[in-house]
Amino acid sequence: MTSRPELQAPPEIFYNDDEARKYTSSSRIIDIQAKLSERAVELLALPEDGVPRLLLDIGCGSGLSGETLTEYGHQWIGLDISESMLSIALEREVEGDLMLGDMGQGLGLRPGVIDGAISISAVQWLCNADKSSHDPRLRLKAFFGSLYRSLARGARAVLQVYPENLAQRELILGFAMRSGFSGGVVVDFPHSTKKRKEYLVLTCGPPSLSSATPKGKAEDGESCSDEESSGDEQNQSVYVADRNRPRKKQKLNKKGKGREWVMRKKEQMRRKGNTVPLDTKYTARKRKARF
Amino acid sequence: MRLLTHNMLSSNIKGVTNGFPLLIEAEKVVEKAVDFNEDFLKNMFAKIEWKALVDASKTMGYAELPDNVESSMLDSDEFLQKFHHALLELHLEEGALVCPETGRKFPVSKGIPNMLLHEDEV
Ligand SMILES: C[S@@+](CC[C@H](N)C(=O)[O-])C[C@H]1O[C@@H](n2cnc3c(N)ncnc32)[C@H](O)[C@@H]1O
Repeated sequence: MTSRPELQAPPEIFYNDDEARKYTSSSRIIDIQAKLSERAVELLALPEDGVPRLLLDIGCGSGLSGETLTEYGHQWIGLDISESMLSIALEREVEGDLMLGDMGQGLGLRPGVIDGAISISAVQWLCNADKSSHDPRLRLKAFFGSLYRSLARGARAVLQVYPENLAQRELILGFAMRSGFSGGVVVDFPHSTKKRKEYLVLTCGPPSLSSATPKGKAEDGESCSDEESSGDEQNQSVYVADRNRPRKKQKLNKKGKGREWVMRKKEQMRRKGNTVPLDTKYTARKRKARF
Repeated sequence: MRLLTHNMLSSNIKGVTNGFPLLIEAEKVVEKAVDFNEDFLKNMFAKIEWKALVDASKTMGYAELPDNVESSMLDSDEFLQKFHHALLELHLEEGALVCPETGRKFPVSKGIPNMLLHEDEV
């Protein structure tokens, strides 16, 4: 696997002319982004009355995600920090309005005017401090606070994210909740490393029936989520239980991969420059089943 | 950028208390036809700051919008057509948006406003 773009350079530099063009001419990427966007629109759960809405596309890039919004008939405003990505969006004559801006500085929008927001593969960028003046916490706070204010009551924001690790996932979700959103995380295909995708599904306003977090998609097309989340309307994330794990994998796990394997894997991760917990006597030790 | 977006934008500079509406300096305006959708207009109407839309469309060279509106006008096709044109078909292609409180200019180039703030404005 190649290293995460987020670790290579700030977004406005990583997505330069070359990368923006490469990104947007890859049929694989076009296809993935379209699928992610379609799912995000589905999770927005807009009223099915055929009325076009005014939506935001945060980190809209070259317009791959926004095009899905157009296909559904909606008007949209796209924000991105990369001029190169926006230039490609212009070339492709997307129908949304485009803005050059940094979500980490907060969205400059009037309160309560937006009917819904999507963000596809972008918000995890806020977890990096790309300049000495950047504090990821302040930037997440500015972003979620302004997003919350701009949305109409009861409107949703669906953010598909690629957090680097558990800490980032919790950081992002934590700031979303603190700014007043209710909702949680929907995980599709939780057991597939490649297909696994997560979406923050956030509703503007206090928890209600309409803000109950929808279920993730499982490999077999059935929905899955853990018991706690179903029917629960509180502010909380949905973590997908492991009970749907395919049998084959379960067997593999029972045998365990052993300390040697874990140490080798950790060493690999370290070489890639990832933060890896220190090795202790607890590393890869057998744990008692808890549940 | 269309006036739909302009009507939603507000200056985000630290310390600014009323950043709406951003003033428009229009150097180049283009018109692009958009499919007319009555439902969208009716749905948006309640959210539009009308005076800002009227003033903005005048700056962009379109002076057909009435100064005062009420929701009953949404029954008039003639009104809806004008509303549609002002909201969705006029694009600010080159020029600037100006913060009403500080006078800070946000340049607009190829239809894209640059809303990036300097470090001391965050
Ligand atoms: C993987 S691309 C996704 C683009 C588009 N949503 C899509 O689905 O194709 C991530 C985008 O997020 C943008 N981005 C990253 N950090 C940002 C920030 N702080 N503010 C605005 N956009 C940002 C990048 O410039 C890039 O265009």
